[in-house]
Amino acid sequence: MTETTRLAPGELAANFADLHPVYTRDEAVVEASGCLFCYDAPCTRACPTGIDVPRFIREILHDNPRAAAKTIFEENIFGGSCARACPTEVLCEGACVDRARSGAPIEIGRLQRYATDYAAERDLRFFEPGADSGKRVAIVGSGPAGLSCAHELRRLGHAVTVLEARDVPGGLNTLGIAAYKITREFSLQEIEPILDMGIDLRLNSPVDSASLKKLVADHDAVFIAIGLGETQRLDLPGEDIPGVWEALEFIYEMHRKPLDRCPVGRQVVVIGCGNTAIDASTAAVRLGAEEVTIAYRRSEREKSAYSYEYELGKVDGVRFEWFAQPVSFVETDGRLSAVRFVRTHLAEGNGRLATLEAIAGSEFEIPCDMAIKALGQSPVAELLSSIEGVKFGPAGVAIDRETFSTTRPGLFAGGDCTHKGKEIVNAVQDGKLAARSIDEYLSAKGSTR
Amino acid sequence: MKSPDLSSNTGGIKSPNPFWLASGPPTNTGYQICRAFEAGWGGAVWKTLTHDPIVNVSSRYGALDHDGRKMIGFNNIELITDRPLEDNLREITEVKRLFPKHAVIASLMVESNREAWHDIVKRAEDAGSDGLELNFGCPHGMSERGMGSAVGQVPEYAEMITTWVKEVARTPVLVKLTPNITDVRPVGRAAKRGGADGLSLINTINSIVGVDLDTFNPRPHVNGRGSHGGYCGPAVKPIALNMVQSIAADPEIAIPISGIGGVQQWQDGVEFMLLGSSSVQVCTAAMHYGFRVVETMLSGLETWMIEKGFTSLDDFIGASVQRIGNWNDLDMSYQVIARIDEDKCIHCGLCYIACEDGAHQSIDIFPTPISEFIAVHGATLENGSRKKFEESGGVRTLPGLGGGTVNVYKVNEETCVGCNLCSLVCPVSHCIEMVEEVRTDMPKITWREYQKRLAAGEMERLYPRPHAHRDYVPGRL
Repeated sequence: MTETTRLAPGELAANFADLHPVYTRDEAVVEASGCLFCYDAPCTRACPTGIDVPRFIREILHDNPRAAAKTIFEENIFGGSCARACPTEVLCEGACVDRARSGAPIEIGRLQRYATDYAAERDLRFFEPGADSGKRVAIVGSGPAGLSCAHELRRLGHAVTVLEARDVPGGLNTLGIAAYKITREFSLQEIEPILDMGIDLRLNSPVDSASLKKLVADHDAVFIAIGLGETQRLDLPGEDIPGVWEALEFIYEMHRKPLDRCPVGRQVVVIGCGNTAIDASTAAVRLGAEEVTIAYRRSEREKSAYSYEYELGKVDGVRFEWFAQPVSFVETDGRLSAVRFVRTHLAEGNGRLATLEAIAGSEFEIPCDMAIKALGQSPVAELLSSIEGVKFGPAGVAIDRETFSTTRPGLFAGGDCTHKGKEIVNAVQDGKLAARSIDEYLSAKGSTR
Repeated sequence: MKSPDLSSNTGGIKSPNPFWLASGPPTNTGYQICRAFEAGWGGAVWKTLTHDPIVNVSSRYGALDHDGRKMIGFNNIELITDRPLEDNLREITEVKRLFPKHAVIASLMVESNREAWHDIVKRAEDAGSDGLELNFGCPHGMSERGMGSAVGQVPEYAEMITTWVKEVARTPVLVKLTPNITDVRPVGRAAKRGGADGLSLINTINSIVGVDLDTFNPRPHVNGRGSHGGYCGPAVKPIALNMVQSIAADPEIAIPISGIGGVQQWQDGVEFMLLGSSSVQVCTAAMHYGFRVVETMLSGLETWMIEKGFTSLDDFIGASVQRIGNWNDLDMSYQVIARIDEDKCIHCGLCYIACEDGAHQSIDIFPTPISEFIAVHGATLENGSRKKFEESGGVRTLPGLGGGTVNVYKVNEETCVGCNLCSLVCPVSHCIEMVEEVRTDMPKITWREYQKRLAAGEMERLYPRPHAHRDYVPGRL
């Protein structure tokens, strides 16, 4: 049994407080006043959902955060989550021309947070369902892709049923993002206006191949947005001993339990160096782990964590062990006592696809009472392979990226289950565009009747 | 290096430098003026004296803000001094004792009565004023009582009162002009006829600075009602410069000018001087930031004079006056063309949309795929220029790059009319320059000459440059 935190409640709460507290009105206006109001703005083009950034910033500048929120939600109904969790440095803020002018971008994410929080605090609603089309669409999965699709379909007048396997809606938004970015409470609050559009949400409703067939038969269209499955296995000795965790399971705990009841080791080793690895490592630090090490088999250069996340890890005191490939989990007295690694070196090629070679005799151990595997998730193949005509590609369900249609007419898919896992903002855009495509499909279908 | 001589002389009123505080709230008391002189102001025009102190209302000031900048314009419905004349006079004497070299100018306004004017002139001078400024400009309150701009709007009144003052004045007399008039020169000429030694302009402009969107009250308001306040601050400078120049260029006037209107930085002051002001008066900037704003005005003026090789203010006062004239005398063949420095461009597109929607559709947009953009501009991770990529988590970003393209903007030199708009909106210094171009399709000629020669059959009709043509296509805002 892994222990829980030894931190005082106040300390714990402070550790999980907002990374960037929401702007005050004056802070927002000062920041907004720096925006150049670019034409065909690079930030908007860099946003996967195409939020009209200069417009909403100008609305903030001119004391109209309500309109700013509407501008954001018009393109991205999860604008609040994205304001908190988007890697803005590689999206809108990475494209901001103020980086070239003054050396730093406009803080678009925080301005977006200001506007969306303004709307959330006042429980504002901006959208209405469209006139009833008489069409019925089923959506499997209530993460950002599924609910974004549901929202857009309701605006277009289609009846929507959403099936969610878990007991809470929101998918990774509710359970899978570091709690100092998105809390469970916020995620559920953000979903309220979407559900108010008249969505039939069914929790605790896992879909298997039999029920999926029935859904397809009973609805005019079905949208699959089931995300990814389990964390990839390492297939190493000791992988199942107590104390070895999957990163997402570890993060889920913080959304399911009070922080003082969340398990955390004294010495924690995180395997992998993507953004989830950073989330898990900083969460471990904030829960009170004394020593947290990220071990990655390649070098700092190849890590897939964004610079901003990496810096966050460093600031939190996470130690980084490069060229360290796990070989086994060491068990002492029935529980984890260390992870055993071997040193690697670059054998051929470069970058993330380079071939690594283990250095003979270089084995070493990092003592730990908790190991967290942050290796990326595998696609869920079984469910869809039961439907005749659905094909798979290397990244998941094969879809036409223009129409989000699978190889079977009437069955659409989007979000993480169609690629190896991207950001919330990509899932939202998939859902939105899929809804528009489904609407076209339904119109065409209707007119041929 | 020898510091330039900043000393100033405006119609006989001498001050250690040309920056004076204008008559207004900052010059209400001797206490304030002592602080101002310590800060470096060369002179101060005392808040307008009168026989019986007025009673003010509350509130009094309103401001125009713009996109995060406070107080680019300012207005007030405050009246002249509300302090007893004796108090002001005693303080004038005290200030002059403490700061004998600084200029103290008494602004005056009394009823239109010869004896009243004679009395106040004598008393102000007896107190030690270095000069007088007749307030013929105040646009609110006092004007409704037959004073201030009610005088300044009627040349005959202005001349009459100036004459009364000059009958007894022993110090130089400046007449302060109101801008609330179609042409400022007739009143300037009237003041000259009355014997004025100089003119101060502009006083504040009639204005309503704003309306409260919740209460519908004007700003500022007095228990729900407002009045036409006097407008000043940075936003009025161009109006003031125009009026100063028109006075400076008028051969019938030809007396010194103390320029007023929106001066907040040294460059503003120099502009007033280039257009004919011997001294410059400031009020709003001091109300906004306090008296120390004069420090950077002085250092700016001094640096500029050193760089230009000027040793005294007379080296440049009025240097630009004769460069203003009638439109009809402008050279129609002169042509400038916008040129974008692509190395400096940050791809904001402001030049493009300004030209497209606000001017002459002469900048073209080229959404350029990143591979092509790199090939043309050599953008790399190592490059230290503006075209610098950054990498994070394996994702490369570049300012201006979105959706795989960078917008590149080019001026259509065939249709560019040389209006300056793109260079004015460009946020990067020297990125868009207006380059002179020799025109071969038009002779060097003014409109006036053109009309003459056209009538005489000596030349053909002239035609403008070809206009850009765009077809309206919906959905491309």
